[in-house]
Amino acid sequence: MEVLYFAWVRERIGLPRERVETRAITVADLVAELCSREDRYAAAFADLSAIRVALDQELSDFDAPLQGVREVAFFPPMTGG
Amino acid sequence: MRVSVQVEAFHLGAEAEGFAQANNSAGAIVTFTGIVRDAPQGGLVAMEIEHYPGMTLKALNEIAQTAMERWSLADALVIHRYGRLAPGEQIMMVATAARHRKDAFVAAEYLMDYLKSRAPFWKKEILNDGGAGWVAARDEDEDALTRW
Repeated sequence: MEVLYFAWVRERIGLPRERVETRAITVADLVAELCSREDRYAAAFADLSAIRVALDQELSDFDAPLQGVREVAFFPPMTGG
Repeated sequence: MRVSVQVEAFHLGAEAEGFAQANNSAGAIVTFTGIVRDAPQGGLVAMEIEHYPGMTLKALNEIAQTAMERWSLADALVIHRYGRLAPGEQIMMVATAARHRKDAFVAAEYLMDYLKSRAPFWKKEILNDGGAGWVAARDEDEDALTRW
Protein backbone atom coordinates (compact mmCIF):
# COMPACT_ATOMS: atom_id res chain seq x y z
CA MET A 1 0.00 0.00 0.00
CA GLU A 2 0.97 3.64 -0.36
CA VAL A 3 1.77 5.41 2.91
CA LEU A 4 1.71 9.23 2.91
CA TYR A 5 3.02 11.68 5.48
CA PHE A 6 2.19 15.37 5.88
CA ALA A 7 3.47 18.42 7.79
CA TRP A 8 5.80 17.61 10.72
CA VAL A 9 5.16 13.88 10.38
CA ARG A 10 6.61 14.14 6.86
CA GLU A 11 9.55 16.20 8.13
CA ARG A 12 10.40 13.77 10.95
CA ILE A 13 10.21 10.72 8.73
CA GLY A 14 12.02 12.52 5.94
CA LEU A 15 9.83 11.60 2.98
CA PRO A 16 6.34 12.47 1.71
CA ARG A 17 5.27 8.97 0.65
CA GLU A 18 6.49 5.42 0.26
CA ARG A 19 5.28 2.02 -0.81
CA VAL A 20 5.04 -0.40 2.11
CA GLU A 21 4.55 -4.15 1.85
CA THR A 22 2.91 -5.24 5.07
CA ARG A 23 0.69 -7.86 6.61
CA ALA A 24 -0.40 -5.50 9.37
CA ILE A 25 -4.03 -6.12 10.34
CA THR A 26 -4.78 -2.67 11.75
CA VAL A 27 -3.38 0.85 11.49
CA ALA A 28 -1.83 0.43 14.96
CA ASP A 29 -0.05 -2.73 13.74
CA LEU A 30 1.33 -0.79 10.76
CA VAL A 31 2.58 1.98 13.05
CA ALA A 32 4.29 -0.57 15.30
CA GLU A 33 5.89 -2.19 12.27
CA LEU A 34 7.19 1.16 10.96
CA CYS A 35 8.49 2.15 14.41
CA SER A 36 10.46 -1.07 14.71
CA ARG A 37 12.19 -0.30 11.39
CA GLU A 38 14.03 2.91 12.18
CA ASP A 39 14.30 5.55 14.87
CA ARG A 40 12.88 8.31 12.70
CA TYR A 41 9.54 6.48 12.56
CA ALA A 42 9.57 5.96 16.33
CA ALA A 43 10.29 9.68 16.72
CA ALA A 44 7.42 10.65 14.42
CA PHE A 45 4.93 8.28 16.05
CA ALA A 46 6.06 8.83 19.66
CA ASP A 47 2.76 10.48 20.63
CA LEU A 48 -0.15 8.99 18.72
CA SER A 49 -2.59 11.41 20.33
CA ALA A 50 -0.92 14.09 18.18
CA ILE A 51 -1.45 12.16 14.94
CA ARG A 52 -4.49 11.60 12.74
CA VAL A 53 -4.89 8.89 10.13
CA ALA A 54 -6.85 8.72 6.88
CA LEU A 55 -7.59 5.48 5.01
CA ASP A 56 -8.23 5.93 1.31
CA GLN A 57 -8.66 9.66 1.98
CA GLU A 58 -11.29 9.32 4.73
CA LEU A 59 -10.49 10.12 8.35
CA SER A 60 -10.22 6.94 10.40
CA ASP A 61 -8.59 5.70 13.60
CA PHE A 62 -5.77 3.50 14.78
CA ASP A 63 -7.99 0.48 15.48
CA ALA A 64 -9.29 0.38 11.92
CA PRO A 65 -8.53 -2.68 9.78
CA LEU A 66 -6.28 -2.28 6.75
CA GLN A 67 -7.82 -4.99 4.61
CA GLY A 68 -8.51 -3.63 1.13
CA VAL A 69 -6.98 -0.24 1.92
CA ARG A 70 -4.74 1.19 -0.81
CA GLU A 71 -3.65 4.49 0.74
CA VAL A 72 -2.84 5.32 4.36
CA ALA A 73 -1.99 8.89 5.38
CA PHE A 74 -0.56 10.11 8.69
CA PHE A 75 -0.63 13.78 9.68
CA PRO A 76 -1.02 16.18 12.63
CA PRO A 77 -4.43 17.63 13.53
CA MET A 78 -5.53 19.81 10.63
CA THR A 79 -5.22 23.60 10.69
CA GLY A 80 -7.19 24.91 7.75
CA GLY A 81 -9.22 28.07 7.48
CA MET B 1 -22.05 24.99 -5.07
CA ARG B 2 -18.40 25.49 -5.92
CA VAL B 3 -15.26 24.37 -4.12
CA SER B 4 -11.79 25.42 -5.24
CA VAL B 5 -8.35 24.53 -3.87
CA GLN B 6 -5.77 26.74 -5.55
CA VAL B 7 -2.36 28.39 -5.36
CA GLU B 8 -3.49 31.57 -7.12
CA ALA B 9 -4.80 34.59 -5.27
CA PHE B 10 -8.52 35.23 -5.66
CA HIS B 11 -10.23 38.58 -6.06
CA LEU B 12 -12.55 38.90 -3.08
CA GLY B 13 -14.69 41.63 -4.64
CA ALA B 14 -15.13 39.78 -7.92
CA GLU B 15 -15.92 36.49 -6.18
CA ALA B 16 -18.44 38.09 -3.83
CA GLU B 17 -20.06 40.04 -6.65
CA GLY B 18 -20.24 37.01 -8.92
CA PHE B 19 -21.76 34.94 -6.12
CA ALA B 20 -24.31 37.64 -5.32
CA GLN B 21 -25.28 38.04 -9.00
CA ALA B 22 -25.67 34.29 -9.43
CA ASN B 23 -27.93 34.16 -6.38
CA ASN B 24 -29.88 37.38 -6.66
CA SER B 25 -33.12 35.68 -5.72
CA ALA B 26 -31.73 34.08 -2.55
CA GLY B 27 -32.54 36.90 -0.10
CA ALA B 28 -29.40 36.68 2.06
CA ILE B 29 -25.71 36.33 1.29
CA VAL B 30 -22.89 36.03 3.82
CA THR B 31 -19.18 35.99 3.00
CA PHE B 32 -16.20 35.35 5.25
CA THR B 33 -12.53 35.84 4.33
CA GLY B 34 -9.47 34.57 6.20
CA ILE B 35 -6.28 36.65 6.03
CA VAL B 36 -2.68 35.68 6.89
CA ARG B 37 -1.89 37.47 10.16
CA ASP B 38 1.45 37.99 11.89
CA ALA B 39 2.81 35.28 14.21
CA PRO B 40 1.95 35.75 17.93
CA GLN B 41 5.56 36.80 18.62
CA GLY B 42 5.74 38.90 15.43
CA GLY B 43 8.20 38.62 12.54
CA LEU B 44 6.16 36.49 10.16
CA VAL B 45 7.73 36.41 6.69
CA ALA B 46 5.40 33.85 5.12
CA MET B 47 2.80 31.23 5.83
CA GLU B 48 3.33 27.94 4.01
CA ILE B 49 0.15 25.95 3.58
CA GLU B 50 0.44 22.26 2.81
CA HIS B 51 -2.50 20.06 1.87
CA TYR B 52 -3.37 16.49 0.94
CA PRO B 53 -4.33 16.79 -2.73
CA GLY B 54 -6.22 13.51 -2.99
CA MET B 55 -8.36 14.24 0.06
CA THR B 56 -8.83 18.01 0.16
CA LEU B 57 -11.47 18.48 -2.56
CA LYS B 58 -13.36 15.44 -1.36
CA ALA B 59 -13.42 16.71 2.25
CA LEU B 60 -14.41 20.25 1.22
CA ASN B 61 -17.17 18.98 -1.06
CA GLU B 62 -18.60 16.83 1.72
CA ILE B 63 -18.52 19.73 4.19
CA ALA B 64 -20.16 22.11 1.70
CA GLN B 65 -22.77 19.55 0.66
CA THR B 66 -23.73 18.97 4.30
CA ALA B 67 -24.16 22.72 4.81
CA MET B 68 -26.24 23.01 1.61
CA GLU B 69 -28.67 20.37 2.83
CA ARG B 70 -28.79 21.26 6.51
CA TRP B 71 -29.61 24.95 5.99
CA SER B 72 -31.38 24.59 2.64
CA LEU B 73 -28.86 26.91 1.03
CA ALA B 74 -29.41 28.23 -2.46
CA ASP B 75 -25.65 28.10 -3.01
CA ALA B 76 -22.28 27.83 -1.29
CA LEU B 77 -18.75 28.78 -2.30
CA VAL B 78 -15.47 27.66 -0.71
CA ILE B 79 -12.05 28.83 -1.95
CA HIS B 80 -8.93 27.72 -0.06
CA ARG B 81 -5.37 28.49 -1.13
CA TYR B 82 -2.19 26.56 -0.48
CA GLY B 83 1.51 27.25 -1.02
CA ARG B 84 3.53 30.20 0.26
CA LEU B 85 1.51 33.25 1.33
CA ALA B 86 2.69 36.62 2.66
CA PRO B 87 1.16 38.40 5.68
CA GLY B 88 -1.99 40.23 4.63
CA GLU B 89 -2.80 37.87 1.78
CA GLN B 90 -6.17 36.18 1.62
CA ILE B 91 -6.01 32.48 2.54
CA MET B 92 -9.58 31.45 1.98
CA MET B 93 -13.17 32.55 1.67
CA VAL B 94 -16.61 31.07 2.07
CA ALA B 95 -19.90 32.45 0.81
CA THR B 96 -23.40 31.20 1.53
CA ALA B 97 -26.73 32.12 -0.02
CA ALA B 98 -29.99 31.39 1.76
CA ARG B 99 -33.54 32.66 1.91
CA HIS B 100 -32.94 34.30 5.32
CA ARG B 101 -29.84 35.77 6.94
CA LYS B 102 -29.76 33.43 9.94
CA ASP B 103 -29.28 30.33 7.81
CA ALA B 104 -26.64 32.11 5.72
CA PHE B 105 -24.66 33.21 8.82
CA VAL B 106 -24.94 29.88 10.64
CA ALA B 107 -24.01 27.86 7.55
CA ALA B 108 -20.94 30.08 7.01
CA GLU B 109 -19.86 29.45 10.61
CA TYR B 110 -20.38 25.74 10.16
CA LEU B 111 -18.24 25.80 7.01
CA MET B 112 -15.49 27.67 8.86
CA ASP B 113 -15.53 25.36 11.89
CA TYR B 114 -15.26 22.28 9.69
CA LEU B 115 -12.66 23.81 7.37
CA LYS B 116 -10.45 24.48 10.37
CA SER B 117 -10.46 20.98 11.80
CA ARG B 118 -11.63 18.55 9.11
CA ALA B 119 -10.08 19.76 5.88
CA PRO B 120 -6.52 18.43 5.37
CA PHE B 121 -4.52 21.67 5.46
CA TRP B 122 -1.49 22.43 7.65
CA LYS B 123 0.08 25.83 8.21
CA LYS B 124 3.74 26.55 8.82
CA GLU B 125 4.94 29.97 9.99
CA ILE B 126 8.23 31.17 8.48
CA LEU B 127 9.86 33.83 10.66
CA ASN B 128 12.38 36.57 9.88
CA ASP B 129 14.88 35.20 12.43
CA GLY B 130 15.26 32.05 10.35
CA GLY B 131 12.90 30.06 12.56
CA ALA B 132 9.85 28.16 11.40
CA GLY B 133 7.11 26.24 13.13
CA TRP B 134 3.93 24.34 12.40
CA VAL B 135 0.79 26.00 13.70
CA ALA B 136 -0.69 23.71 16.36
CA ALA B 137 -4.37 22.86 16.25
CA ARG B 138 -6.23 24.54 19.10
CA ASP B 139 -8.50 22.59 21.43
CA GLU B 140 -11.16 25.26 21.05
CA ASP B 141 -11.27 24.62 17.30
CA GLU B 142 -11.92 20.93 17.90
CA ASP B 143 -14.43 21.79 20.65
CA ALA B 144 -16.25 24.09 18.23
CA LEU B 145 -17.38 21.03 16.26
CA THR B 146 -19.36 19.64 19.19
CA ARG B 147 -21.99 22.37 18.85
CA TRP B 148 -22.98 21.04 15.44
